[in-house]
Amino acid sequence: MAIDAATVRKVAKLARIAEPEERLEPLARELNGIMTWIEQLSEVDTDGVEPMTTSVAMSLPMRDDVVTDGGDPARVLGNAPKAARDFFIVPKVVE
Amino acid sequence: MSELTGLTLKAALDGLADKRFSSEEITTAHLSAIEAASALNAFVVNTPDKAIEMAKASDARRAKGEAGPLDGAPLGIKDLFCTEGVESTAGSMILRGFKPAYESTVTSNLWRDGAVMLGKLNMDEFAMGSSNETSAWGPVVNPWRARGGNADLTPGGSSGGSAAAVAAELCLGATATDTGGSIRQPAAFTGTVGIKPTYGRCSRWGIVAFASSLDQAGPMARTVEDTAILLRSMSGHDPKDSTSINAEVPDFASFCGKSVKGLRVGIPKEYRVDGMPPEIDALWEQGIAWLKEAGCEIVEVSLPHTKYALPAYYIVAPAEASSNLARYDGMRYGLRVEGANLADTYEKTRAEGFGAEVKRRILIGTYVLSAGYYDAYYLKALKVRRRIADDFDQAWEKVDAQLTPTAPSAAFALGEKSDDPVAMYLNDIFTVTVNLAGLPGMSVPAGVDANGLPLGLQLIGRNLDEGTLFSLGSAIEKAADFRAKPQKWW
Repeated sequence: MAIDAATVRKVAKLARIAEPEERLEPLARELNGIMTWIEQLSEVDTDGVEPMTTSVAMSLPMRDDVVTDGGDPARVLGNAPKAARDFFIVPKVVE
Repeated sequence: MSELTGLTLKAALDGLADKRFSSEEITTAHLSAIEAASALNAFVVNTPDKAIEMAKASDARRAKGEAGPLDGAPLGIKDLFCTEGVESTAGSMILRGFKPAYESTVTSNLWRDGAVMLGKLNMDEFAMGSSNETSAWGPVVNPWRARGGNADLTPGGSSGGSAAAVAAELCLGATATDTGGSIRQPAAFTGTVGIKPTYGRCSRWGIVAFASSLDQAGPMARTVEDTAILLRSMSGHDPKDSTSINAEVPDFASFCGKSVKGLRVGIPKEYRVDGMPPEIDALWEQGIAWLKEAGCEIVEVSLPHTKYALPAYYIVAPAEASSNLARYDGMRYGLRVEGANLADTYEKTRAEGFGAEVKRRILIGTYVLSAGYYDAYYLKALKVRRRIADDFDQAWEKVDAQLTPTAPSAAFALGEKSDDPVAMYLNDIFTVTVNLAGLPGMSVPAGVDANGLPLGLQLIGRNLDEGTLFSLGSAIEKAADFRAKPQKWW
């Protein structure tokens, strides 16, 4: 299935990237080029194949559910674009 | 002072141990070389004061007889590694000015063993690229030039800064990372050695994430033995990375120079791709001949799903990247571009902060994970990934390691492929299978093409069997006797 400008608009919205209208068509062409090349995967018989999510054959390690770090707001906020009194300042979310 | 920058890491460590020179002297020599090499654009952050301070501390430790395995050795650090208090941008505008409050595990391990940091090395933005041209700070220029030419060539990517700095003798060795070939392809393009160890050997903690199930750190240096020395320090179990392998770290350098007699080396027939330059094919044949002479048994093997590795990678890696890069929202660190409301701020921040290739991959990743396409693309790719790993498992019944070319060409000119994403992606055709399967892979310089540009051979090993790669790699290194160096033009 071809990716059109409307699909790019929707995906860009989902990805939270502002793409100007005039970029939608060229992006659709680029993405189509890549996805057409990717289509060859349909040639592979994968019936009954278990999906592979990691190359490490081990179960996730568990640890005690205790606090191991923290209590250092100055370091946490050190790179914040905006901060005040130990808080990140973000745009208003709730009216 | 150039004699100090021209040393191998091993020779430098021996010289430091014998007190023939101090860490401060060898560090100063490298800092001068870096200053004179700004035309290469290999370093994005120079930390000369920190380097001298670390070198003096190293000399003091050595005077007290407390020197560690890397004590006093000046290294470059790829800018994907978070370094405490030192700007770490991953080649991206969105992280401009970001100074981590913590140190990555891999770099902590290097400093624990006494190494000295010279600065941070340029790279493709978020490690997404094969030519270094996606860096927000401009591309690195390969110190190598074609014979008789003066066109700027790519050092490869994404670890292009690491590769160029090692090749130009700006550091004794460098850290790098490899998600689809980002250590091995630049190593091949610059006549250097690079190894991507088994997935999980090096902790990913504190390395800016690209595709977490594929990302793996490794060293680049000028000899196989030097990479072995560095890898030993970089490796080790880390509880802060849930996929870190809890296995003993061998003395990798002890495998260098070991006899390879009787080792069975596989030649995967699917790697003989259409349109491969005859020089690459000839180099591969030469590599086979060298290993035969060294006593290896050469066995043809089949990895039937090889041609599907890159398309599967270009679903898996962007999918993981779209999720990993969701964190760059302009709220907690990095760039923020104020918008009319929260969503608008997110969208403007990410539009301005990310470069074209990163956006392209986030969009692909978001698309293949979106409702209606997840099964057709993402799940399908994960199943193909399993078949690729199964191919290797079957090959390991017959062989101990495999030999292939590293890249389908020598270094190309900057700008040559930047308009065609798929042509650029094809650079990783020989390296990406190894990431999908989680296996160790090494690139060793083996010869030069008709233009005098370096070419590399790749060795692929079993899980956790880097040792065999170091033995085979040093056998190729010895047979190839690769001594060519870039002619200094910078």
